[in-house]
Amino acid sequence: MNVLINGVPHDLPADATVRRAVQELTSAVAGVAVAVNDEVVRRGAWDSTPLSEHDRVEVLTAVQGG
Amino acid sequence: MTGYGTSGEDAMTGDGTAQGWDTGLDGDVLVVAGEKFTSRLIMGTGGAPSLDVLDRALDASGTELTTVAMRRLDPAARGSVLDVLRARGIRVLPNTAGCYTAGEAVLTARLAREALGTNWVKLEVISDERTLLPDPIETFDAAERLVADGFVVLPYIGDDPALARRLEQAGCAAVMPLGSPIGSGLGIRNPHNIELIVEAAGVPVILDAGIGTASDAALAMELGCDAVLLASAVTRARRPGLMATAMREAVIAGRMARLAGRIPRRRYAEASSPAIEPGAR
Repeated sequence: MNVLINGVPHDLPADATVRRAVQELTSAVAGVAVAVNDEVVRRGAWDSTPLSEHDRVEVLTAVQGG
Repeated sequence: MTGYGTSGEDAMTGDGTAQGWDTGLDGDVLVVAGEKFTSRLIMGTGGAPSLDVLDRALDASGTELTTVAMRRLDPAARGSVLDVLRARGIRVLPNTAGCYTAGEAVLTARLAREALGTNWVKLEVISDERTLLPDPIETFDAAERLVADGFVVLPYIGDDPALARRLEQAGCAAVMPLGSPIGSGLGIRNPHNIELIVEAAGVPVILDAGIGTASDAALAMELGCDAVLLASAVTRARRPGLMATAMREAVIAGRMARLAGRIPRRRYAEASSPAIEPGAR
């Protein structure tokens, strides 16, 4: 299954969840938030939210700015 | 009203300290959405050459509230601005910097709430890359949606008294008019509009953007602003720690001057010494 994680194509197992996508980038959980196709997926739902082909996953964190 | 900051209706009358000094600032706190802050200097974190420099500048500034931006996670990044803020006990204020539409800003605010565990957001929706001026239509749209979603919304806006009033009516917890464009260091280009915003506001007015040096921050406070937000003036200064200290003192001095009530501007001199009696010379 192909999904876009922060704009980069990733090939994930067919049963991959949001948590699997996050783990492609980081093992950290604190200070991280995820949106799939422009909808926030709460941290508590990462394991129970499956991904679908061509999903756009955004994994964000706080950086210096403003 | 004869000039900047002459309306002192809200002035406190300090009772003085044990030393007999009237600091006027005992018990003078900034209150935003029921949260109290002793420091009226809100810091941004953009532009610092390193986290270490930022850390020392934040410490010197005395700030208790500091903005961060939300960006795609970079697996290669080392250290986090969040660690710096947490170690200093500084409250984090996520912003929606980089957003051009209300929809982007609402999503960014929701991601920030999820990532950082705060429902506070500095709402920033810019109109174009060259000026970075805030887009009033998108900003108002986003503000209404975020207020409805339970956010404490602090919108960054132009120095527009009408928009400031409308955003307050829409439920924003503060308004953040610019002094001049972000990072320009041009200071407060329209102090009269800032005064008009202050006069009408029932929520804190936080002067945001354009501060170049300490006198700009002091002027903002003298005009009656409740707080100042700045970043570049400190982080891009030759000596960030020293400028942070200057800003801290400037905000305090400006606040004191506002509370003290400045003398009116006059066209002619008014002698400060007693007149000499005729024939006494």
